[in-house]
Amino acid sequence: MSDLETFRQTTRAWLEANCPAEMRLPIRSEEDLVWGGRRAVYKEPAQKLWLDRMVAKGWTAPDWPERYGGGGLSPEETKILRNEMGRLGCRSPLSSFGLSTLGPTLLKYGTEEQKQEHLPKLLRGEILWCQGYSEPGAGSDLASLSTRAEDKGDHFLVSGQKIWTSDADKADWIFCLVRTDTSSKHSGISFLLFDMETPGVLTKPIKLISGASPFCETFFDNVKVPKKNLVGALNKGWDVAKYLLGHERESISGFGSGSGQLELGEMAKRTTGTEPDGRLDDPILRARVALFEVRAQAFSAVSERFVDELKHERAHPAQASVIKYFGTELNKQRHELMMDAGGSDALEWESERSRGGANVRAWLRTKANSIEGGTSEVQLNIIAKRILELPGV
Amino acid sequence: MLADTVRPFLAEQASVSHMRALRDADDRTGFSPELWKRFAELGLTGVLMDEVDGGLGLGHVEAGIVLEEIGRNLTPSPFLETAVGAVTTLKGGSATQRQAWLPRVLAGEAVGALAVDETARHRPERIGLHAERVGNGFRLLGEKRFVTYGHVANFLIVAARTAGSEHEPLGITLFLVESNVANLTAEADRLADASLAARVKFGGVQVSRDAVIGEIDLGFGILTATLSALRAGVSAELVGVGSHALAMTVGYLKQRKQFGRLIGSFQALQHRAAHLYAEMEVARAAVLKAQQLLDGKDERADQAVMVAKAMSGMASALAVQEGIQMHGGIGMTDEYDIGLYMKRQRVLAELFGDADYHANFLAKLAGY
Ligand SMILES: Cc1cc2nc3c(=O)[nH]c(=O)nc-3n(C[C@H](O)[C@H](O)[C@H](O)COP(=O)(O)OP(=O)(O)OC[C@H]3O[C@@H](n4cnc5c(N)ncnc54)[C@H](O)[C@@H]3O)c2cc1C
Ligand SMILES: Cc1cc2nc3c(=O)[nH]c(=O)nc-3n(C[C@H](O)[C@H](O)[C@H](O)COP(=O)(O)OP(=O)(O)OC[C@H]3O[C@@H](n4cnc5c(N)ncnc54)[C@H](O)[C@@H]3O)c2cc1C
Repeated sequence: MSDLETFRQTTRAWLEANCPAEMRLPIRSEEDLVWGGRRAVYKEPAQKLWLDRMVAKGWTAPDWPERYGGGGLSPEETKILRNEMGRLGCRSPLSSFGLSTLGPTLLKYGTEEQKQEHLPKLLRGEILWCQGYSEPGAGSDLASLSTRAEDKGDHFLVSGQKIWTSDADKADWIFCLVRTDTSSKHSGISFLLFDMETPGVLTKPIKLISGASPFCETFFDNVKVPKKNLVGALNKGWDVAKYLLGHERESISGFGSGSGQLELGEMAKRTTGTEPDGRLDDPILRARVALFEVRAQAFSAVSERFVDELKHERAHPAQASVIKYFGTELNKQRHELMMDAGGSDALEWESERSRGGANVRAWLRTKANSIEGGTSEVQLNIIAKRILELPGV
Repeated sequence: MLADTVRPFLAEQASVSHMRALRDADDRTGFSPELWKRFAELGLTGVLMDEVDGGLGLGHVEAGIVLEEIGRNLTPSPFLETAVGAVTTLKGGSATQRQAWLPRVLAGEAVGALAVDETARHRPERIGLHAERVGNGFRLLGEKRFVTYGHVANFLIVAARTAGSEHEPLGITLFLVESNVANLTAEADRLADASLAARVKFGGVQVSRDAVIGEIDLGFGILTATLSALRAGVSAELVGVGSHALAMTVGYLKQRKQFGRLIGSFQALQHRAAHLYAEMEVARAAVLKAQQLLDGKDERADQAVMVAKAMSGMASALAVQEGIQMHGGIGMTDEYDIGLYMKRQRVLAELFGDADYHANFLAKLAGY
């Protein structure tokens, strides 16, 4: 038996023995996810148990080096672990934005001290991170940001405003883009880490069309940030920022894979009914769902391939834009179809039966998929310029 | 690497000008037998054939490399029908059948074709061609259409009904029929892309019991395996056609000036080209996945093949349509190649089931 086959079998056995039954049920709402952080809340003890067990194996970050608390697995082993978790229906023990974005970025650009300090806490879910990129005047044109950081010898003094900062009011730390040189647009940006409890940080929630307020306006008034919290070189934060965005795009596109969601066809059968031969009694909806499923399955092939290429460092950096663009547009289509298939059931906003309007709120939330992490238009610009090498204006 | 051999070979020997030359000479063979010999010399006719039979013993990923290049160059060739379709069917055939045909296929001396469709749409689960038992053999009566290379094939693989009614998979039997038998006529029709497909009439064709491939009434299994191989192959060819159309279009956008600028600098066109690129990437990955699952004899392979055929059909359709549009007026001319890609895409998209057929099938499998 090959080493990988042995690994598969021992992994399968371990998961079967250690993943609590509750953690194998489909995810039905936000509360089923574990976000961690200093103020972590667990809906049920099984969530904590499952997290602790996976942390002990290093499997919340299976492919990170063991010296930072990771699992030290090869790309092939990581893939096997994910496949086996998928096969058993195991939930992800930790839903962490920082894990998929800041983690890889620190591994590449962080100092040894920064890695030692932040990576273990990140993968244990002890610290919840938020992203301070966008500003009122700098959305798609992110590099025009103006939040400034003044050099005060041993520390920076940060002042300015961020906007759309997801979970800023719940987060413990922020990774933040600041301007350290006003004479150059792209080469005057630096990448800083700081604690959200530092004096001078203020957050104000913004309510979304889904009724939730997952993000905030974030204000900085003379926030004192130690110099050791600078990631990468001074004024070279744009490279760090772009590297992180590549990972963010990859993770956002994953929303499209729809694990644990009711299959569209099944859902439509329940609400619409069937013909005597078992087909959906709305042939046009049936056709739309079927053609959508073709695209969804094809997309899962491309994401699998992309992750493989990324792990083997063969992917074009702009390839993440292809995945982000296609995956988020696809996810929006999925939710449009779910609204169609769900009929009036899907419109219920807050009944017990509708689990607090889970469908309709999820549908509304997906509209952000093609905006957050860079809009679809921005992704298309990137593909056109960097992959197709089309000329500039 | 196979690709390193195939790419220059086809680009040099069988580019679009080769296809144009055959078309303009009103060649009725549909391909160049000399070129087919070269395929054989390179071993390509045996790409899917087992090594014991003298083949390369490679898989669908490799056959796909050849087909993608065939697509890119619009090469007229019976490779798909013979080296993919017939060879896959013969894997389920008798030793006698294999010994009779595989060496000739390998040598580039025999072309095989698959006769399945009876209506204008691909409906392999609906076979009506009648195979009546006569003595120790069978008598075939009926008509097949859209049999690509059927008019020049040395042997045909024919799906016929030996029992049951038209809509049942049980009762379908596959026959290996030599094309020079009595009461068989194959009439070639030229299609939109200048390729030729035959209507094959079986006016009481007598075959012996030895002509049966696999078991009587149980031909659907081998037919399905053959169709999966063919569909994966057509999907790879579609990826080649679509990729080349995209490349031509992007090339044109970088060179054509209007309003004092390269038209490729207009965002309206950049976004469409980038969208198209994303669609093609997804299609390419779906095709590769299907080929890998087929090679791994994975139970999910047939389904992945349907996804691949549907997705590559949709993405390549967009590629050729956008290709014509972004070329402006020149895209409408016969002299410029982009139109040839659009016509070829149409034919391949229909061959062995279009996107709707496969999506419908997937829906049925999923139970809705
Ligand atoms: C749910 C959600 C969560 C978010 N979380 C965070 C977060 O945690 N941290 C953070 O920093 N930011 C976050 N964002 C912000 C997000 O990154 C920005 O909204 C996004 O980059 C777009 O910027 P904008 O909203 O200013 O739109 P604008 O840049 O003003 O764009 C408006 C429209 O114009 C289009 N457009 C702009 N420029 C071009 C161009 N050159 N070519 C063609 N079209 C163009 C855009 O595509 C868009 O359709 C989040 C956003 C959402 C919706
Ligand atoms: C069948 C046929 C009949 C015709 N009959 C006549 C006729 O009778 N008389 C006559 O004078 N002409 C005729 N034409 C020519 C026709 O008007 C031109 O083909 C048309 O105006 C496009 O110009 P072009 O072919 O040079 O394409 P281009 O202008 O080179 O355009 C190439 C591509 O770039 C796009 N593009 C160009 N500029 C921009 C921009 N600023 N923003 C975004 N996209 C842009 C175009 O939409 C197109 O997709 C005919 C053409 C055809 C195909």
